Amino acid sequence: MTAMRIHITGVGGQGTLLATSLIGEAALLAGVNVNVSEVHGMAQRGGVVESAVTLGDLMSNIVSDGEADVLLGFEPSETLRAASKCSRNTTVITNSHPQAPFTVAIGRGTYPDLASALDKMAGRVEKLISIDADAEAHKAGTILSLNMVLLGALAKHAALPVEPKHLKKAIRDNTKAAFLKVNLKAFDLGYAT
Amino acid sequence: MHPLLSPKAGQKRLLLGNLAIVRGAVEAGVAFVTCYPGTPSSEVPDTFFQLAPETDIYFEYSTNEKVALEVGAGAAASGLRTLVTMKHVGVNVAADPLMTLAYVGVEGGMVILCADDPMLFSSQNEQDNRYYGKLSGLPILEPSSPQEAKDMTVQAFDLSERLKLPVILRTTTRINHSRGPVTFGKLKKPMTQGHFTKDPMKKVVVPAVGRVLHKVLLAKYDQALELANASELNFVDGRGRWGIITNGVSYAYVTDALADLGLKNQVAVLRLGFSHPFPRKAVQQFLRRKEKVLVVEELEPYMEDEVKAAAQEAGLAVAIAGKSARLFSRLYEFDPGMVRDRIAKYFGVKYQAAKPIKTEDMPEVPGRPPNLCPGCPHRSTFFSVKKIAGQDTVYPTDIGCYTLGLLPPLSAADFLLCMGSSISTACGISRATGRKTVGFIGDSTFFHSGITGLVDAVHNRHNVLLVVLDNGTTAMTGHQIHPGVDTKPLGRDNKQIKIEDVVRGVGVEDVHVVQPRNLIKTQEAVQAAMAHEGVSVLISQEVCPLYARRIGTLPKRPVFEVDQSKCKNHRDCLNLLACPAFYVEDQAVMINPDLCIGCAVCGQVCPEHAIRPVKKGA
Repeated sequence: MTAMRIHITGVGGQGTLLATSLIGEAALLAGVNVNVSEVHGMAQRGGVVESAVTLGDLMSNIVSDGEADVLLGFEPSETLRAASKCSRNTTVITNSHPQAPFTVAIGRGTYPDLASALDKMAGRVEKLISIDADAEAHKAGTILSLNMVLLGALAKHAALPVEPKHLKKAIRDNTKAAFLKVNLKAFDLGYAT
Repeated sequence: MHPLLSPKAGQKRLLLGNLAIVRGAVEAGVAFVTCYPGTPSSEVPDTFFQLAPETDIYFEYSTNEKVALEVGAGAAASGLRTLVTMKHVGVNVAADPLMTLAYVGVEGGMVILCADDPMLFSSQNEQDNRYYGKLSGLPILEPSSPQEAKDMTVQAFDLSERLKLPVILRTTTRINHSRGPVTFGKLKKPMTQGHFTKDPMKKVVVPAVGRVLHKVLLAKYDQALELANASELNFVDGRGRWGIITNGVSYAYVTDALADLGLKNQVAVLRLGFSHPFPRKAVQQFLRRKEKVLVVEELEPYMEDEVKAAAQEAGLAVAIAGKSARLFSRLYEFDPGMVRDRIAKYFGVKYQAAKPIKTEDMPEVPGRPPNLCPGCPHRSTFFSVKKIAGQDTVYPTDIGCYTLGLLPPLSAADFLLCMGSSISTACGISRATGRKTVGFIGDSTFFHSGITGLVDAVHNRHNVLLVVLDNGTTAMTGHQIHPGVDTKPLGRDNKQIKIEDVVRGVGVEDVHVVQPRNLIKTQEAVQAAMAHEGVSVLISQEVCPLYARRIGTLPKRPVFEVDQSKCKNHRDCLNLLACPAFYVEDQAVMINPDLCIGCAVCGQVCPEHAIRPVKKGA
């Protein structure tokens, strides 16, 4: 493999951007060429947050439709929303725990039937790994470690050109001492999925 | 020590494009930095705000972009290396001094970061600021990666000092907010003591002087053009009878596309990094012996028009294409797949396009638009103002988090142009419709460009109410300080300017200051203001809860719950307030205790008084 394109999607506040930059830091440690793109600003206020990482022999830092080698979804309906990024060669790793958009939470919209939609998606991609990352994060000690659980799952299920030890080093280098133990535990729980 | 101040050259770090620009400026020995924050430029000034106290670098958040450029011009005129940062629309605000600063020039190197936002991720338009190069005559450099963003910042300072002209560093969101490996260079010690040499016949632009200085600018332009034609920032990759001319982030998409299509030995790529003055000779050199050339650039056909003019001048009959219905759009940003597709189409190359999976039969995913935060004081103010002033009143708004009040049920935004437009457009709407019009403006935006509009309202006796949503910070762009902020808790000693003093000072007589969590008092004030014929100002003061949490001053208030035995499902809380802390379960309205911050506003909205604080220990 000479290149890998990872598209990451989630909801503001889930820590997608930190996870994204940790993949970048790990790649730097592993000596793998890396480009990362993020969206900051207005788009973050409770809305969808999308980012991307490309690894290896690439200069572009965003992922076009049908071109994601990996889709990492922090929220299942956001995974569905980003389905067009996938082809039949894509590995999808998604959190199965829903976080309803406000319109749905107050009964003005319908949350999709996730189980059947994700099943459909699973039949159209290389593989789809669905984990309850919220539950794993709570096991680790706090819901705030959700992003670490998903990083662990990414390390386990995607053929990353970056090793778990690089990701763990990146976590150690970029986490405040008080959260480090929980974050590493969350990563391990994600890796054990 | 801040990592970006490290003297260790050769180290490689993963940097956001904006932080790479900071590092470049530090390496170049920048001594003076001014800005007005704005996405996607904000991390540059925010980082200088953090690191400047460790250095001799002077940094300020200026009142607006015009002021930032003028303060910077004074420093650069005194010989200091100066960086001025703003987003693309900020350059419109700074355009007045910019055009004449090009005549007067600089002593110390000056770099103006201009961050464009194709796709309007966080902006009101997607104007292409490369045209400011043409308009002003100033040189433009455009990086294609974080590493280049750093390197070009250093080069821009050198170029500026060589030409005695400000240099525009033009980026786009995908450069500012991209992250990539950056290798550090050596640090140059900043010269921080300036000296202003008097020379009024070259620095005071009366018409006679301006006539001379325009000639001086054109001479510098010619010099810049020669440098652009010879610049290593304009380089050619590969070779072949086909050609592509590109810039910025598009260069990355083009490079990947040619590798994917196996065209590296058939298509030569000219990457323009020094794009104004347009390097016509270098482009003509590239065009010679080419059969056909594609110009790949986001937004306007700035390069394409110049390339066609260059070909015409050199008598070259090469086919040149770029913007067209079949090829590239002037709208939005590009992506790698789209660029690959257009390159294949233009050069007639067959390839296997990516095949997205079928999604038509998948369920529709409900929208997730950005929203005002739980407990946001703007929501309470909007609720009170609309309750009194009604649905028919027109509500011009302004630029900030509160623009999100446009969504129902608040629907508190009817008209918006730019920073500061709320008050002035309210004046026009009020005069034209004969009704009191209500504008909303934030505190930072008020200082940025709301005051002049308010002076107009007072002087011309307009019938308007200006609601100042004073949350004590520049919230949307990341909680920067502004002239109304008490900066002592941040360890700074800026003089705080009170909005009420300004408002009274410019002659507003009907002034109300309220705490928006108190709905009754707020609504009484709105009532009084709406009854007043003339200019009224309502200052709604409550600190941004996100900011308060960040600096550790958010009070611990009990969260609220719905007493289901009292709730009669009027749902005013949902239908009128719609705080994101609410949710509905089995037809019952509930409050998420993890989101509620205990602002107590919903408790005042409920007609059954069914929303109450959760008792301790309950």
